[in-house]
Amino acid sequence: MARRYDSRTTIFSPEGRLYQIEYAMEAISHAGTVLGVLAKDGVVLAAEKRVTGKLLDLSGAKVRGGYGGSGEKMFLLNSNVIGGVAGITSDANSLVNYARTVAQQHLLQYNDDIPVEVLAQRLCDLKQGYTQYGGLRPFGVSILYAGYDPHYQFQLYHSDPSGNYSGWKATCIGANNGTAQSLLKQEYKDDISVEQAISLVLRVMSKTMDSPTLGSEKLEFAVLTYDETAKQPKAKIYRPSEIDALLVAEGLAKKDDDAEMKS
Amino acid sequence: METSFALTGKGYVIIAADTTAARSIVKMKVDEDKIKELGTHLLMAYSGEPGDTVQFAEYVERNIRLYQIRNLYPLRPPAAASWIRRSLAQSLRSRNPYSVNLLLGGYDQAENKPNLYWIDYLGSVVEVPFAAHGYGSYFALSLLDRYHDPEAPLEEGLATLKRCLDEVAKRLVVSPSKYMVKVVDKDGVREVEI
Repeated sequence: MARRYDSRTTIFSPEGRLYQIEYAMEAISHAGTVLGVLAKDGVVLAAEKRVTGKLLDLSGAKVRGGYGGSGEKMFLLNSNVIGGVAGITSDANSLVNYARTVAQQHLLQYNDDIPVEVLAQRLCDLKQGYTQYGGLRPFGVSILYAGYDPHYQFQLYHSDPSGNYSGWKATCIGANNGTAQSLLKQEYKDDISVEQAISLVLRVMSKTMDSPTLGSEKLEFAVLTYDETAKQPKAKIYRPSEIDALLVAEGLAKKDDDAEMKS
Repeated sequence: METSFALTGKGYVIIAADTTAARSIVKMKVDEDKIKELGTHLLMAYSGEPGDTVQFAEYVERNIRLYQIRNLYPLRPPAAASWIRRSLAQSLRSRNPYSVNLLLGGYDQAENKPNLYWIDYLGSVVEVPFAAHGYGSYFALSLLDRYHDPEAPLEEGLATLKRCLDEVAKRLVVSPSKYMVKVVDKDGVREVEI
């Protein structure tokens, strides 16, 4: 009878827990890492790609077209919000679609970009619904929202399958999130600049990822800044070639051969 | 006849509206407040078909309040103007459209600047430095063209408004006897005597 209380999502166990929700969160802590750092003049997101391989056709992400990223973990939710997702990719796609619809509805009604917290709240309302109504599986997805709005400038939020959300200066979801968070706790400083945040994110990422070397085939990267000339937030999701260039600049690029390691 | 004015200045918006409630040729009341406080930093002067005006103003007021309760912060003036415009445009295409003209003035606390919007019953919205509705607009707009200064302190802004009110009193056959004047700035909304 051990499975009495985890067969349905909406039934409490005698200890007052919802097991299916906890399992969903557990699923996320096995997913690829997503890391976010809030800086005073921007927000930085990085994610570990899990679906890789020599035969995977990534030409869509490599050539021009689209807005960058390979469409696995980094999504432009609105012109002022980038989402980084960890968990079941198909669930995430559905949530991303919902988020984009909500953001466009807000734009249509108020002629104004949706405030970041409002968008996070709307997604959490949806996620929470699946913890309460029977017969449905919760979304196995955590999301990091990197956004800008005139109310609170740059913001970083995290939402989980239970429908809770919270704001962060730096946080991490997915595999090894404990290690990453303790690293971030040590290294994060208030009033950090975007450049410093970028190198912090890459440093932490290189330590938490399973593979010893960073490269564009394993990494997704995005930065949200403010464009002073256009007077609007500027979201940039890096293309594979741009990620490699960034890694070279940061001195974290993969070595060409093992010659150096031997010597 | 119904008249309302509004002008911006350095960090504020002034809105003035006459206080007469008339039916046909009869004045029913001379102390009607036709400037609604939609939020701590948002004012809306309404004029048009009696009945429609109050109904629509209350509808707007409650919806803007609802947004604030739901989303923790109030709608900023540009977003409020867009929402109101949309409501009027939807109403215009219904069986019984609202016949309401509005002046929406607010202080944007996120960007620290005043905003003024001229809105009419056809669903037009324009952001303007100064505006007027009603017969008074025919006399006041030229004065505002000449004397309005977006960097003027509040006293100068009120003096410019006074010129408009005096001109209307002098030249308009059916000029209103009294006006309500409200100001919105970084400290919120307040009524001023003129």
